Amino acid sequence: MFTPVQAIGRLTIGYVRNLGRMGWFILYSLYMIVRSPGSPVYILKQMRFIGTKSLFVIVLTAAFTGMVLGLQGYYTLAKFGSEGMLGTAVALSLIRELGPVLSALMVTGRAGSAITAEIGIMRISEQIDALETMALDPFKYLVTPKFVAAMISMPLLCAIFDVVGIYGGWLVGVKLLGVNPGAYFYEMEKSVMWRDVYSGMVKSFSFGVIIAWIGCYKGYFSGPGAEGVSRATTESVVLTSVIILVWDYFLTSILL
Amino acid sequence: MIRLTGVHKSFGAQKVLNGLNLEIPEGKVTAIIGPSGEGKSVLLKLLIGLLQPDSGLIEVDGECMQGLRRSQLNHIREKFGMLFQNAALFDSMSVFENVAFPLQEKTKLTRDEIRRRVLSALEHVGLKNVEDKFPDELSGGMKKRVGLARAVVLDPKIILFDEPTTGLDPVIKRAIHHLIRETHAKFGFTAVVVSHEIPEIFDIAQNVAMLYQGEILQHGTPDEIQASTHPVVKQFISGSLDGPIHVG
Ligand SMILES: Nc1ncnc2c1ncn2[C@@H]1O[C@H](COP(=O)(O)OP(=O)(O)OP(=O)(O)O)[C@@H](O)[C@H]1O
Ligand SMILES: [Mg+2]
Repeated sequence: MFTPVQAIGRLTIGYVRNLGRMGWFILYSLYMIVRSPGSPVYILKQMRFIGTKSLFVIVLTAAFTGMVLGLQGYYTLAKFGSEGMLGTAVALSLIRELGPVLSALMVTGRAGSAITAEIGIMRISEQIDALETMALDPFKYLVTPKFVAAMISMPLLCAIFDVVGIYGGWLVGVKLLGVNPGAYFYEMEKSVMWRDVYSGMVKSFSFGVIIAWIGCYKGYFSGPGAEGVSRATTESVVLTSVIILVWDYFLTSILL
Repeated sequence: MIRLTGVHKSFGAQKVLNGLNLEIPEGKVTAIIGPSGEGKSVLLKLLIGLLQPDSGLIEVDGECMQGLRRSQLNHIREKFGMLFQNAALFDSMSVFENVAFPLQEKTKLTRDEIRRRVLSALEHVGLKNVEDKFPDELSGGMKKRVGLARAVVLDPKIILFDEPTTGLDPVIKRAIHHLIRETHAKFGFTAVVVSHEIPEIFDIAQNVAMLYQGEILQHGTPDEIQASTHPVVKQFISGSLDGPIHVG
């Protein structure tokens, strides 16, 4: 007769415990970054994986995002006869919003999932336990290098996304639809402020933290077996994407 | 000396250890024997603090292993070396890097000195010219031996071996047993060996403890265990199908 009540209680406790564990995980990671960020070799390796290897997909998605912004922007602006503002529209959408968010979502799919799978496999094959038995802190070798690498790589990837996207918009707007090339860049330069760039960079830095956080967390507490790791990987991608979008809304409302 | 007092450990509804008491004397080889799935690996993980007991006390050299801060726990763990049942090699590192890793992270030795020690540790376990291979390219028995080399490379005071010879061919098995005996005679570490190698283990260990149904059923010298009249112990070391231990 207590069973339904017990079930609700157990669910709630499990939920709260997970939240607490997630909070502890990020706090401890940040503490470890300050205390011993790990060897530069590990960080560079991770930057190569998270950053360099994401370049291709970032350039590709950025080019098409910019191109479609060029098309859509032209269509809308032409209604008011202000095609000259196309550069501004493309650049502001990219720098303030689409660059950080889309690049973060692409990196989540490519690197976030791989981070979870890698750490998850180390968990189930007792490699993390082996580190512990050597009196070494697994965070120093597995977690902090990924945090640092993601925090450095994400803003850089985002900057590349913005630039490629702006040229994508230029290609469609100027080369295809005949917008004045001078106006495209002149209007852009006039209306894009430092704080737009700044807010984009802050966003993308914090998305880097979220990708490393959830990716490592899900792997670190991965369930047993191949099934556990595959579930952790899926959950990691979904949760990271959701948190990025929710956090993006809050951050925009603060930074606006 | 390691002392376990009234140790209980369950996973969910499954009781694994049920008030276990055991004293592991310093400088001796203690063998843990017992049927598969009785909690021998769990026992080793409790000793090194990878698992926490539900209740009971685990002391290493008089220091209690429970409720420690990470730094305190690590301080105790520095006395230990551990060979996992599945070897638990770092699969992103080569064999050489695996064995070199504890030396790099825990000592200030030069590269040449580390290289020398790693190669000699590998040679002792009968591995040559595999330094550059990765764990995925090794056979099960080779992995085990790399794990063994990694566990002993820092000359720890206490070494936990989880089935060091399972899956090895008879010649290498004998060589590993020989290695454990020789290095023990030379360095005098405390060893806890979980093993199914009966009767060979009786030649290596000075102490044997039989784990059965979550408790130490009998603990004594190899001769005492071999002469045991307890029906479970008798059946287990003779490997007979008739007796109180039921299979399946
Ligand atoms: N992490 C865990 N979660 C849940 N159950 C576990 C866990 N680890 C061990 N067990 C259970 O505890 C019991 C003892 O496991 P353990 O690995 O210690 O056996 P063992 O004595 O080492 O057996 P073997 O000789 O086959 O290696 C098993 O029934 C196992 O199912
Ligand atoms: Mg075992």
